[in-house]
Amino acid sequence: MTHSPHQLQLTEDGRLKHFLTTEGLSKALLTEILDTADSFISTQERSVKKVPLLRGKTVVNLFFENSTRTRSTFELAAKRLSADILNLDISKSATSKGETLMDTLWNLEAMYSDMFVVRHADSGAAHFIAEHVTPNVAIINAGDGRHAHPTQAMLDMLTIRRHKDSIEGKVVAIVGDILHSRVARSQIHALRTLGAAEVRVIGPGTLLPNDIEAIGAKPFYRMEDGLKDCDVVIMLRLQKERMQNALLPSEGEFFKLYGLTEQKLLLAKPDAIVMHPGPINRGVEIESAVADGNQSVILNQVSYGIAVRMAVMAMAMSGQQQSANLITNEEA
Amino acid sequence: MRYCLIEGARLLDPANNLDTVADVYIADGKIQAIGHKPAAGEIETSINGAGKLLIPGLIDLGAHLAEPGFSQKGSIATETKAAARSGFTHICALPDTKPVTDSSAVVQLIQEKAAQAGYAEVMPLGAATQGLQGEQLANMFSLTEAGCPALSNARQPIKDSYVLQRVMEYAATYGIRLFLSANDTTLADGCMHAGPTATRMGLDGIAETAETIALAQILLMAEQTGVQLHISQISCARSINMLQQARERGINVTADVPLANLVYTDEAVNGYNSQFNVLPVLRSEADRQALLTAVNNGELAISSNHRPHEIAAKKAPFSDAEPGMSLFDCFLPLALKLIAAGELEWNAFIKATSQIPATVIDLAGIGLAEGNYFNAALVDVDATVDLSQLYSKGENIPCADEALSGVVNALFVNGAQVL
Repeated sequence: MTHSPHQLQLTEDGRLKHFLTTEGLSKALLTEILDTADSFISTQERSVKKVPLLRGKTVVNLFFENSTRTRSTFELAAKRLSADILNLDISKSATSKGETLMDTLWNLEAMYSDMFVVRHADSGAAHFIAEHVTPNVAIINAGDGRHAHPTQAMLDMLTIRRHKDSIEGKVVAIVGDILHSRVARSQIHALRTLGAAEVRVIGPGTLLPNDIEAIGAKPFYRMEDGLKDCDVVIMLRLQKERMQNALLPSEGEFFKLYGLTEQKLLLAKPDAIVMHPGPINRGVEIESAVADGNQSVILNQVSYGIAVRMAVMAMAMSGQQQSANLITNEEA
Repeated sequence: MRYCLIEGARLLDPANNLDTVADVYIADGKIQAIGHKPAAGEIETSINGAGKLLIPGLIDLGAHLAEPGFSQKGSIATETKAAARSGFTHICALPDTKPVTDSSAVVQLIQEKAAQAGYAEVMPLGAATQGLQGEQLANMFSLTEAGCPALSNARQPIKDSYVLQRVMEYAATYGIRLFLSANDTTLADGCMHAGPTATRMGLDGIAETAETIALAQILLMAEQTGVQLHISQISCARSINMLQQARERGINVTADVPLANLVYTDEAVNGYNSQFNVLPVLRSEADRQALLTAVNNGELAISSNHRPHEIAAKKAPFSDAEPGMSLFDCFLPLALKLIAAGELEWNAFIKATSQIPATVIDLAGIGLAEGNYFNAALVDVDATVDLSQLYSKGENIPCADEALSGVVNALFVNGAQVL
């Protein structure tokens, strides 16, 4: 029996026990993540940055796909929660068969791990792992294929909330390669749940999925139309291989049509903020003057990333423990 | 003469305008009498058919039997036993075995294994190209001489239009029927239907144009070459329209739809359940409805597209799992579910699984009529089927948790009771 991701990631009383996707989670729960992250921002500003919430717990960073930045922030978040952390980089070729992936998981479980932070090139991989590991191991999705990157989305939500006071009623434009973007999908779900007035996606037809309206985003093919009166502009990173797969003619033409320049930014509201999940391709997605300009909050996103990951890890572990206690009490 | 008597069953066979409660007398493998006692002879055995349906044996136009070459997934014995559970008396086995069914020796091996197993009669589909590589013609004439009712390239691509045309021309020369899948592999780089569900789940989608563009090419070439053509495993509404238009232009073309595409839509993939990773992919509700209408109108056969897998083949993230469903154990119960829901008519089901397939592969004497070989299933429609006990070696059954009904109490293949 399989479960939808949002069913799988909650305890019976609706608390977080895995964090696989922002889809299907309630506004209250997403807000709780943001509030908890807010509280961790203050602890990060202290001289002693550690809190003991995950003391004695073992977190495994299970990365089947390279990502130095995301892995580092999860590692730092786990350490600041006082967890022991093990970093494992596993090439996809070593686990191309499901059987081998299961072997890897069972071995890690046998080491009494408490949490897996999973990055994988296949959509649904974190969900698969959450379904097949023993109970009481929390799974945090650190990016699976094109499906979801929920912690990145939540740090973006935190960034918007801290700079625009609220997400409710805001018009948000996401620009670039929506087709391949797990970040965009997670952002769209979170923005809709948290009350954004409109979520727009802007890109050429080759990079916009046909059915994007089905998840609550409005497609635009021209920056001039999509940026008009936006409160938030989120630029996505463009992978160079998109040029080789006949999805785009060249970086130059992409920048000409979809690169964020000071001039194009004038179409948005005067106080609009500019975001980017990084690392930035200057002159491809965004010009330096905008990336470094006073409307850019790109560096703040990085700082908030650690607090959001601490919040999610702490909440998932708490939910797991509560489930375990409930089971123990029922058995008693 | 010594008879086997099936007593008091409801006989259902649209090919013979039968929907009546009657006794059936069988001897020498054939139906000797329906509804009246033969003048001479005695009853050797009798089976009480009261309250049950007697329907013609099901004929499958496309199944993967896993043998030779994939013993971890199944064998001809296990898979034909599972097929018997759903009333199949004849099965066309797809040629993507290991070795590929592109030689008389492999054809003979499959036939011998099936005869040893003693369940359904297996008719191997020979490979249209050597090794299914899509480049060189297989020994097409020799394969039909060896007993292949038709040739197929399974879902493997044919290299280019030139080779496809040569395959058709050669087949047309000798009156060989081709079973072709419409699938433009350059557009089919995905693992589910391209639609809102794929977009939301971040899975690579296969648009219907991957099927319809290939179908258009095949139909145009069939028109040119005059080949006897059957399209295997269509999945979308547009394909039905194209087939109708082709028939109006005088092209003699038949087609089948896998049962899974009549039962499920792409939304079944929600939750990343790898059991629903199948080819052709499960499409939209509008496609499913159009396919059901075509079946009810008598335009399409239904195939099993049965493909057994071991647990490990499916225990992987969705896109890494091997495509295919183990359908034989639950084929009849799933079809009965459609019938019970009013989506599929009984007569249309029998026509799509027996009458049309028999025509496609030139199988004479099928159906519940005096003088025909007795190929039939006695079905208890209301009995709950126990899917915790699978006959197929495949673990990839899509409906293991469902309460389904429809039990085959007895199955006769060419007059011999095999179940």
